[in-house]
Amino acid sequence: MTIITRRQALIGGIAGSGLLLTGCSRIFQADSLTESASFQRVLAAAQSWTLATQRLLLAGGQMATEYKPSDISPHFKANGTYNPGGEYYNRNVAQGFANWRLRIDGLVTHPLSLSVADLRRLPARSQITRHDCVEGWSAIGGWTGVPLALLLRAAGVRSGTRYVVFYCADNLDGEPSKGGEQSPGQYYESIGLIDAMHPQTLIAYDMNGKPLDVAHGAPLRLRVERQLGYKQAKYIQRIQVVSDFRSISGGHGGYWEDRGYDWYAGI
Amino acid sequence: MSTSAAEAVSETASRNARAHREVIHRHAWPVRLTHWINALTIFIMVGSGLNILNAHPRLYWGQAGADFDKPFLALHSWPDWLTIPSYTDLADARHWHFFFAWILVVNCAVYLTWSLARRHIQRDLWPTAKDLRAIPRSIIDHIKLRHPKGEAAKRYNVLQRLAYLGLLTLLIGMVLTGLSMSPGFDAFAPWLVVVLGGRQSARTLHFLFASAIVLFIAVHLIEVVLAGPINEVRSMITGRYAVPREHD
Repeated sequence: MTIITRRQALIGGIAGSGLLLTGCSRIFQADSLTESASFQRVLAAAQSWTLATQRLLLAGGQMATEYKPSDISPHFKANGTYNPGGEYYNRNVAQGFANWRLRIDGLVTHPLSLSVADLRRLPARSQITRHDCVEGWSAIGGWTGVPLALLLRAAGVRSGTRYVVFYCADNLDGEPSKGGEQSPGQYYESIGLIDAMHPQTLIAYDMNGKPLDVAHGAPLRLRVERQLGYKQAKYIQRIQVVSDFRSISGGHGGYWEDRGYDWYAGI
Repeated sequence: MSTSAAEAVSETASRNARAHREVIHRHAWPVRLTHWINALTIFIMVGSGLNILNAHPRLYWGQAGADFDKPFLALHSWPDWLTIPSYTDLADARHWHFFFAWILVVNCAVYLTWSLARRHIQRDLWPTAKDLRAIPRSIIDHIKLRHPKGEAAKRYNVLQRLAYLGLLTLLIGMVLTGLSMSPGFDAFAPWLVVVLGGRQSARTLHFLFASAIVLFIAVHLIEVVLAGPINEVRSMITGRYAVPREHD
């Protein structure tokens, strides 16, 4: 009996390994399923379940954990664009960003145009937080900047506003957009009004006590602490308040979102 | 005697032999249903999880960790025949992973609720003092590939109980370490990531727990084959299980 079961075990083992070797993806036709638009719509349902659940769990406006100065990462990895380059940006670097303007427009009663010096005169917030990249790594950094809520209140957000869109100076043209034509490679991002008004959401100008360096988004970047790294737009030039982002660039609310990543990056 | 007649005779003989084997109803339908949903889900979670890991196949200990930091474990890229989808695409792999994560959570919740309410865990999985004393003997039985027969085969042996409870614990651990990698969930329950030793520790534990689950599956499949694959698999589909006789 033992001999037979051992033989069965051997046969089963070989059959099992054979099945596995044909590939996990092939067993379920996972690649063709992934490419099917209707299957993607099924998978995308999970994004709305996660968003609805996290909106409910975070209805109290909970804060992201803040760390001690000793927790700051000695090397904060830069990702995406390391230097936007180009005549315009290089000139601004040379001028120490003295002529950089941040425009705030869209569904606002008083469109604003602010210099970095203007922003530095406004009430500031400093926080040491953990930055979680979608790729899996994390780094802890200290950020100082103007709470976005303060700027939006100054600009006067009109009714019907749902999203805040950030336009950046960097162009990441290498990667094709998903689902159709190539969208422009200009980096942009968007967040919902709930995250935009959160006290830890900053237009940051300092990192670890010093003005932002080029690799980390000089002169201005977004910090939206309860979401992943790709939402933390760098090199911000313009903030637009909108009711809908479908007509902007690839239509999914951000550079990486146009390339298949989820708009809600709280997970 | 013609071949078909021989076949008929042997078939009758084996049917008679089977008729003498006692058939019991082994697995209740909620166990069977959640088992197969779990099997499919874990398969997809492991495949898509390895695809996600390929985006940064280094694991750290503590809150933070990136290229400049000393890794706890530096892994290589996982081959395409192991990942879902087979090509490296973090966005698509995350879509698979988070959809089936919801299925896994709901499935585990259904199983746990039913099993606790119907005392399946307390009665069938929780080892008794007598079970615990039998651990050394059970280990020897397993090494010698001796499987319980008769009355003993009607209940889970102690190593089975510990393995299934271990799997359940690992699955809960997967959900908790997975959730604590979410920056949104961390704002809701900051204590969880602290208990787990930091966000990067949670990511490392997520990988180690998954590895333990893969090890469980390997041993589980070997045991199914050794104990009689047709009888075992049938019992998990229809619930009917032919009890091995003492003299087999």
